[in-house]
Parts: sequence; structure tokens; C-alpha cells
Amino acid sequence: MKKNQNLAKISILCLCLVVTLTGAGCGASAETIIVYNWGDYIDQSVLDDFERESGINVIYEEFDTNESMYAKIKAGGTAYDVAFPSDYMIKRMIDEGGLEKINLDNIPNYAYIDDRFKNMPYDPENEYSVPYFWGTVGILYNKTMVDEPVDSWEILWNEKYANEIFMLDSQRDSIGLALKMLGYSLNSRDEAELAAAQAALIEQIPLVRAYVGDEVKDMMIAGEGALAVVWSGDALNMMLENENLDFALPREGTNIWVDAMVIPTTSKHKEAAEKFINYMCETEIAARNCDYINYSSPHTEVVRGLPAEITSDIRFYPGENDLANSEVFQDLAALLPIYDRIWTEVKAAYQ
Amino acid sequence: MKKRLINGPYLAWMLLFAIAPLFLVVWYALTAESGGERNFTFAHLLRVFEPIYLRVIWRSLRLALLSTLLCFLIGYPVALILTSRPFRPRAILVVLVVLPMWMNFLARTYAWLTLLEKNGLINAILSFLRLPPVDILYTDAAVVLGMVYNFLPFMVLPIYSVLFKIDRTLIEAAEDLGATPLTTFRRVIFPQSLAGVLSGVVMVFMPAVTTFVISRLLGGGQYTLIGNLIEQQFLTTYDWGFGSALSLFLMALLIVTGGILMRSRGDEEGGLW
Repeated sequence: MKKNQNLAKISILCLCLVVTLTGAGCGASAETIIVYNWGDYIDQSVLDDFERESGINVIYEEFDTNESMYAKIKAGGTAYDVAFPSDYMIKRMIDEGGLEKINLDNIPNYAYIDDRFKNMPYDPENEYSVPYFWGTVGILYNKTMVDEPVDSWEILWNEKYANEIFMLDSQRDSIGLALKMLGYSLNSRDEAELAAAQAALIEQIPLVRAYVGDEVKDMMIAGEGALAVVWSGDALNMMLENENLDFALPREGTNIWVDAMVIPTTSKHKEAAEKFINYMCETEIAARNCDYINYSSPHTEVVRGLPAEITSDIRFYPGENDLANSEVFQDLAALLPIYDRIWTEVKAAYQ
Repeated sequence: MKKRLINGPYLAWMLLFAIAPLFLVVWYALTAESGGERNFTFAHLLRVFEPIYLRVIWRSLRLALLSTLLCFLIGYPVALILTSRPFRPRAILVVLVVLPMWMNFLARTYAWLTLLEKNGLINAILSFLRLPPVDILYTDAAVVLGMVYNFLPFMVLPIYSVLFKIDRTLIEAAEDLGATPLTTFRRVIFPQSLAGVLSGVVMVFMPAVTTFVISRLLGGGQYTLIGNLIEQQFLTTYDWGFGSALSLFLMALLIVTGGILMRSRGDEEGGLW
């Protein structure tokens, strides 16, 4: 009998240990928020300033694609308070009941957000998201290695550049650009069009040097490739680092995206999360982030402070009518398993 | 009595971290959600056997076997050299073999990116020496290199620990009886070190066949191994059913190969397993 009691005690002790280990981060100190953002997508000093000024601790984690962020939040385990998904993923999270409504009374700096980025189709009533940055997807190329004009996605299928092409290791972006190259919508729901895009991506594999995330920046700056699919802000950053690099938006059209701050329902500190979001929208803070990451800001005051040569460049600040055949990603809902399968098969098809 | 008490935490640990997760993997692999409830299905397991995924599995096995073979070919002589040194230099050499493992595995693998780039360190040195450049980043060769580099100590150490314990008098006897060094090695040393070799093979092959980090970084993302495929199902496409089915298949594969190796090892002592 005694023995069993001891066993039980030890078992309980073990369980307690497990619970405390996994539950770390919540409980004791109420003022710690967990922020989940894209890799290399903030000026880190902003976080220190926020912690100092607000007294709220920030645990900062990074992800590399919308899909991996979604899977991690959905799997549970970490009580994220603020996340930075893109348009289509916001829609999906709203539809699945994964997001808290944000009280805009607590975000006075929301007034600075350009009206163009309010009432977006993914969040028509501005209830769930506060825009952070926006941009496009295009082709970054090294002028010393590419001598023809870069104006079409087709150049990524040009055998001349075999083993010189970097693609994004991101499902929606890669399938989307293949669809655009073929003249279809990047939100295609037509199985024949999707099959054609899959075939094109598989055909392209031998030409691709690598499917990468943030590593593309080091690679392109170091002259390791001729062409790379990159997001506009990263393109500007890399062009500032290596003057041989230039950026083009293909004529077939591209993807216009908005990344916004949201509060997942996993959050246990909604007010602190709202303070964080508001802080990110302070003019001085948003300007510092913009200066560091170089993406297009939806913040009216920040844009006013930027040099005209950047804000008038339609590659980085396209007007509402400049990119007629470009599209915003829509949530695919029921079609998602088909996209997942296409991407899995493309990635597995390498010989 | 006391013994059973000591077993308690161990049992709890195994239950929580080995049995329960294993049960979950089997559960997800054999069920699919439809209309809010999970129903029994073989669909995920059958998908594993589609040609496209079999090719991925075959590639993983091929690269892991190749890496294991290379580790053996490099590791065995290293272990022999280690045992043949006097005490002090040997201690230093063993530390040198283990030393890289004190650094983070990811950081070391990232370092190879910089080394292998077209304009990287290795090519800079080669071009300085007027030698042709090597361009192996994002290929089979880079992935195998990464595996051999990372897992080599797991081959060296078990072989070393077995060789170290071989009775020197047996070797002397063989020499006295007129055996050439090669015969001594073939007939006396190698058979006695087999347990260490098998431990080494298992300890290199298992992480090599399941890795996803090395293939992701040095293979460049287009390089899907079974580990990447599983990671993708859990972290990107959120298809836990298919991911679990792949894991289950991989586990079965490892149990079978491990079983064969263990059986052929018999009851000899000395390995780490």
C-alpha cells in the first residue's frame, strides 16, 4: 500500500513538472505577451522600447510562411497574443473563429492607416485586423547576369538561367505565379488550370537552384543567383545592399498583399496585445520599422516622410489603378486540400 | 520492492513521452475527419504508397545508406588511429572528435552554406590555388556531406569504445603466430569490433534517414526527403493524418532494419545499444 502511494506521489510530481514546463509563459506574470511575426520583419529595437515604455514583456517568435504560422497557432501549445498573417490567411482565421475582435477604441493610432487599406475584402468591417505593411511579389534580378528585359514570369522558365533561379518556398506564392504565368487568376479554382500550374512548376524544378525563405537575401546579395522571386520590400533592401540588383513586376500581373496584426483567440492578454498593436502604429515607431524593413507602409504619416523617388515608384507604392491585372489572394477554403496536394507533389517530384 | 519504486518515474516518463505520442500517431494515421467526427480509414496509409512518395522514401534510404557507408569508411580508420595512440594524445584526439558536437547542430549546418556557396570560402581558396571551383550546394553531394559531417562522431565513438577494449594479447598472439598485419586485422581485430560497427551503423543511419534540417538547408528546399515530407504535413499543410501515416511507415521501416541489425549482432557486448 505504502509503495503504491509513493508511486502515485512520484507520478503526480512528474505530471506537475510537465504542466509547469508546458504552461510557462502564462499565469504568474500577467504582463507578458507572445508575438508571432514573419522572420526579419521588425526593427528589433522597437520591441525593447515597447517593453520599457509599457512595462509589458514581449516573447518574440518568427515564422516563414502563412501556412506554417497557421498550423502552429492551430496546433495550440503556445498562447500567441499578436500574429501578423496576410490577407487570405486572415480571412481563413476569421471564418474558422480563430481571431478575437479588436477594440479600435484602444487603437487610437488606427486613424493614421490609409483608407485604402480599410474595409478590405478579408476584413470588411475592420473588426479583426490592423494593417502592418503591404507590398507586391516580383522578380529580383542581377543585371550582370541577365541581359534581356525582365518583364514576364516566363523568364523563370528560361533554360538559359538553369541553376540560377531562386523560388519562394511558399505554397500560395509559387502556385500563384505559375498560374499568372499561364494567364490564369492566382485564385484559380479550376482543376485543369491548377493541373497546368502544377505541371509548369514540376517542369521548372531542374532550373531552380533552391526554394528558399529569408536565405534568399544573403544569396542574391552575394551574387549566388541571377533571378529570384521576392517580396517588394526585401527587393528594395537587397537593391540597397548590392547595386547590381534590380526588381521588376511581371506584365502578367502579380499578387498584392497586406500583412496585418491580429489577435488569435489563443490570447490571454487582449488589452496588452491591443497596446502592442497601437504602439506599432505610432508614427515614429512605424517609420523606424519601415526604414528597417523597407516594405510599403499603410501609415499615412510614414509615407509622407519617405523620399518621393520611392513613393512614386509603382513597384513599391503602386496606386490603386496601377496594377490592373494584379490580384489579392483570396482564401481558398474548400479548395485548400488541392493546393496542399499540388505543393506536396511539386516538392516531392524532384528526381 | 525498491526496484519497482525506482521504475515509477521511468514508467511515467515512457507513458507520457513515448507510448502516448505513439498512440496519437497511430490514431491520426488511421482516422480521417468527416462531418465533425473521426472515422477509421486506410486512405492516409495507402497514399504513402503512391509512386511519387515511394520515390521520396527511396531517395531518403539511398542517401542515408550512402552516408552510413561513408561514415563507416572514414570512421573506422579514425577509431583505429585513436586506439593506436598513447594515452595523452589519444585523449586530446577523442576530445577533438567530440568537440564539434558542443556547438549547435543548426549553426554548424548553416556554416556549410557559407562554405559551399559559389562565391563561398571553399571556392575562394580553390580559385586562389588556381583549382577549378566546386559547385555542390543544393545537390545530393551537399546533403550527404552534411550528413557525414554531422553524424561521423556517432560512428567513431562506438567503434572506438569497442576497439579500445580488445585484449591486446590476442593481437600479440596473432603476430607471434606469424599473421601479417592485414590478417591480424581481418581475423582478429575486425570480428571483435563488429558490435561497435553495428551500433555505429544504427546510430548514423537513423538520424540520417529521418533528417529534415540538413536536406532543407543544404538541399535547398527542392530536395524533399521523407523527413521534409513529414515536417511539411505537420507544419505547412496541416495534414496530420498523412503526416502520421508517413511517420508510422518510417517507424516500421526502422524497426525492421534495426531488428535485422540487432539480430545479426547477437549477444556480443560492447556496443552502445
